[in-house]
Amino acid sequence: MSDKKKILLADDDVDYLFQTKLHLKQAGYEVIQAESQREAEEVLQSVKPDLAIYDLMMETEDSGFILCYKTRQKYPDVPIIIATAVASETGVSFGLNTEEEQRWIKADLYLEKGIRKEQLHKEIDKLLNS
Amino acid sequence: MKKLDVLVVDDEPGICSGVQRILQRFTVSYPFMDEDRGFKIHEAYTGEDAIDFIKQSPPDIVLLDNKLPGIQGTEVLEYINKNNRDIIVMIITSYASLELAVKATDQGAYDFIPKPFTPQELKSAMENVTKNIFLRSMTKRLNKEGKEVRFQFLSVLSHELKSPLNAVEGYLQLMQERQAGHDISGYDQVIERSLQRIKGMRTLIMDLLDLTKIQSDEKDKKYEEVNLTETARGAIESINPYAIQKDVTVQLHGEEEVRVYVDPNDMEIVLNNLISNAVKYNYDGGQVDITIGRDEDGVRIQVSDTGIGMKKEDTEKLFQEFVRIKNDQTKNITGSGLGLSIVRKVVDLYGGRIDVDSQPEKGSTFTVFLPIKTYKSETTTL
Repeated sequence: MSDKKKILLADDDVDYLFQTKLHLKQAGYEVIQAESQREAEEVLQSVKPDLAIYDLMMETEDSGFILCYKTRQKYPDVPIIIATAVASETGVSFGLNTEEEQRWIKADLYLEKGIRKEQLHKEIDKLLNS
Repeated sequence: MKKLDVLVVDDEPGICSGVQRILQRFTVSYPFMDEDRGFKIHEAYTGEDAIDFIKQSPPDIVLLDNKLPGIQGTEVLEYINKNNRDIIVMIITSYASLELAVKATDQGAYDFIPKPFTPQELKSAMENVTKNIFLRSMTKRLNKEGKEVRFQFLSVLSHELKSPLNAVEGYLQLMQERQAGHDISGYDQVIERSLQRIKGMRTLIMDLLDLTKIQSDEKDKKYEEVNLTETARGAIESINPYAIQKDVTVQLHGEEEVRVYVDPNDMEIVLNNLISNAVKYNYDGGQVDITIGRDEDGVRIQVSDTGIGMKKEDTEKLFQEFVRIKNDQTKNITGSGLGLSIVRKVVDLYGGRIDVDSQPEKGSTFTVFLPIKTYKSETTTL
């Protein structure tokens, strides 16, 4: 049996999906990909990933949040990363900085897309080993 | 757990204890709600008692029977409407007085629940109410911040602009690292995707320019006499290379001259967007028909295609900014999600209307009506 950690990666940007999947595989993870909130929900029905990475805006502007919520309900111990290109410089950030935001957004980490892959690996490692 | 206060107003003790029994262990969960909500039940047997209770400690929800011994349920509803508009009122009613219940919802009751009700009926009614209360409080918060609209537009815009940048950057890094070897042909697909994303970004920037153009002041508008048929011909010409590639036939019907007094930019935006969509979302070998007609009230521009069409529920959100219908058929078509929202803004500017009639896999027809005067020019100025 493979002891590779399973990561569920949901994003409607096929290019982002392709690139991130490549990085994660090279880093030694098994990747299950989903191109939409709906697809990710289907995966969650039968598979418990070791970690999930969700894009924020897919079918709707808050698909990522809804996925977080549903993942938390079914698998409370699976760490979740929200990765998005929603800019923090628009004046309203979705960070997890205040206690209220943490309560509201049920993700463990909020990442800006386009971060270096080494940084992504480091963050995933941290979450998987905490 | 947070509990919502529910006041049950009914002179039948059975109803109160029934509600109590059904809801005491029932909880509602909803995305983003920090925790589940339960219910705390309070009772009142008359309308007068109910009003006293509301005065002292306004509940979140009132379940209100209309037929009460003293004052009637509608009077309690009136009191709530006047003094505690935040309270959600559900009318409990027998089937015999359904009509009354419907009237009550017109007067501000949230909904009604027919009596006798099953536990499931009550539960689902309470679930809806709870979501409504939650969403209302969220909306209030956002409105207070006064940022909602700007935030939405800017955050979606930056998302749309940054996504292609990230994609292209990622592919370039992949090439820099020679991930697929040293032979350039190994990167054909990567290059193709990068070019696609750049093209998409260019479309978005062009659409944004259109958007700023139409949002400019009235005084910047340059009105002149325009022959709409001529504008349509121009639009067809610019989409023609793409139409040929897809083997889509584009035909223009209607009169040779439909002259109107407008800003030509605006009409170009409308026709370019509608016609290019009709080609873009068409099947290979499909057909596009454009009809420009006029009557006493104004002009009608109709663009029909034999393309992929869409479901009814999709047509409803079609004109919102950055909304693109996402499915397997549209996956590989680039678009900014701004085109139709821009068309709608232009049409609004002229006090007009845009309608869409569509059937999946059959095609779509977009009809624009503009209440502007048309005339035939006395001399041919072209």
